[in-house]
Amino acid sequence: MEEESDTRKINNSFLRDHNYATEADIISTVEFNSSGELLATGDKGGRVVVFQREQEVENANNSQRRGEYNVYSTFQSHEPEFDYLKSLEIEEKINKIKWLPQQNAAYFLLSTNDKTVKLWKISERDKRPEGYNLKDEDGRIRDPSTITSLRVPVLQPMDLMVEATARRVFSNAHTYHINSISVNSDHQTYISTDDLQVNLWNLEITNRSFNIVDIKPANMEELTEVITSAEFHPQQCHTFAYSSSKGSIRLCDMRQAALCDRHCKYFEEPEDPSTRSFFSEIISSISDVKFSHNGRYLMTRDYLTVKVWDLQMENKPLETYQVHDYLRGKLCSLYENDCIFDKFECVWNGSDSVIMTGSYNNFFRMFDRNTKRDVTLEASRENSKPRAILKPRKVCIGGKRRKDEISVDSLDFSKKILHTTWHPHENIIAVAATNNLYIFQDKVN
Amino acid sequence: MSTAADMDVNMDVNMEARRILAVSISKLYASRAQRGGLRLHRSLLLSLVMRSARDIYHSSSRDSEPHSGPSPPEEPMDTTSSVEPERTVSEPQPTSPSAQAATEEPEAEYERGASGDKENLSPAKQSRKRRGKTSAAPDFLPSKRARLEPGEERYAACCRSGHPESLTSLSLNRVISAF
Repeated sequence: MEEESDTRKINNSFLRDHNYATEADIISTVEFNSSGELLATGDKGGRVVVFQREQEVENANNSQRRGEYNVYSTFQSHEPEFDYLKSLEIEEKINKIKWLPQQNAAYFLLSTNDKTVKLWKISERDKRPEGYNLKDEDGRIRDPSTITSLRVPVLQPMDLMVEATARRVFSNAHTYHINSISVNSDHQTYISTDDLQVNLWNLEITNRSFNIVDIKPANMEELTEVITSAEFHPQQCHTFAYSSSKGSIRLCDMRQAALCDRHCKYFEEPEDPSTRSFFSEIISSISDVKFSHNGRYLMTRDYLTVKVWDLQMENKPLETYQVHDYLRGKLCSLYENDCIFDKFECVWNGSDSVIMTGSYNNFFRMFDRNTKRDVTLEASRENSKPRAILKPRKVCIGGKRRKDEISVDSLDFSKKILHTTWHPHENIIAVAATNNLYIFQDKVN
Repeated sequence: MSTAADMDVNMDVNMEARRILAVSISKLYASRAQRGGLRLHRSLLLSLVMRSARDIYHSSSRDSEPHSGPSPPEEPMDTTSSVEPERTVSEPQPTSPSAQAATEEPEAEYERGASGDKENLSPAKQSRKRRGKTSAAPDFLPSKRARLEPGEERYAACCRSGHPESLTSLSLNRVISAF
């Protein structure tokens, strides 16, 4: 009897304690679709999980209840592969997901791992043909001698089934690891970007892509910079931007030449010599670049800051926001524990008035560009109950620590928020904290 | 003129640079075992850090030297070509520039050979010399040692010899060309 209760205790504590997350469950990307109705997540195990917002309930009793997101579809997008020529394993981790604009009843998304991009079609099936002439309901072929009359199958309703099928596979175009994909506003093409090249694809054609940027030097020993991210302009289908590990962004116009090696705009802020350290290059490397929805601004994320650039001003950013400047003095330890290589993403809200990015200890930060106010929030089950209002958090830098503050040394660097996304129209955000997905909404008055 | 305080600061920077170099090399080595293969971006950043650390290490080593100017060729022979860890720690100015070290190596060998100090030659140099018949494995048997890329072999030799300054004789960008 003693052992039984012990086993039960152990089982219960395993269920409650989620610190032992399997690596395959770690979320590696999150993305709302263009209407905000669907939310897709990709994980390290190569799976994609799509959530759908339930229809809003008009009921007077449930007036507080906004549409919640429930699982809509789950599928295995990528499998681990082996490159025999180079003796390399190709990870199945989903690096990026981008939705295509909706054109019919089905949903389409692009998902990519390090080497291959796939176009997935997610469609609903709620009817099934029944009454075949030549086969039974369970599929067995009927004995022809028993068939005496002709019958035509009729569509009967069935339980809703959501199926995902791979419609296109775009492979063998990248020597290095793909870091981003971006769908063009023309809805016909998209770009995939690796460390040294940007390739342009037509969504219909899988056996050919066009290389539009190539920064590979003639001699690899002269390599000084790599491409870290690229994105199409939201309205101009001929314009795209790519960021580099040196902290610069280049805007290119595809009408100028087939190979966009010459940029038309070059955004870089000169380095402040007083902050130079061993790690200056690492912390200036841009991990994410995003155009604003209105197409007038660019946002970049490097290790310690988020910067907003005006496309008309190349020599310095319009705004710079400190995400976690208290880490500047800890760069050496962050180098040793590899955290300095973490690639944080950044997002705009629908109206481009607020920007958001993640940090450590499951903290994420929002900056209001108009009021210049910022807030730090935490995505954690222990510190917030469902439907409770998030309490702003504060990191204490030095001196006396107040009651609710957390000191820099107590921050948990294994809990990092790298991936976040914002609903295109409403104030709903999705935040990935390791293997957990948090969805936050504006409070309802 | 460098004061004693300056020397201390230089030593701190020196130690810091050496530590960062050591950490970086171990990261580089570990990244070979990573799933998904070597990451170009990460390798590039590591090599940039190593280069900064190496430059700072050299400039702080040079600053802490009381005299400047080229030392006589015979003198540094005995110190720079030494790879015994104890000796490098005690010498505050162990490094001559990489090109010098490379060209002086054959002369060092000659000197050492003349002084009969064969057993204290560095492993890097030993590998160039023909081994005695008794110690070498027969040619027809495959070597059990893991095969490394040329750049990495030199790194491995440096790690074993515990002599981070000899990194100066390598181009750090060999790391990238391992692709």
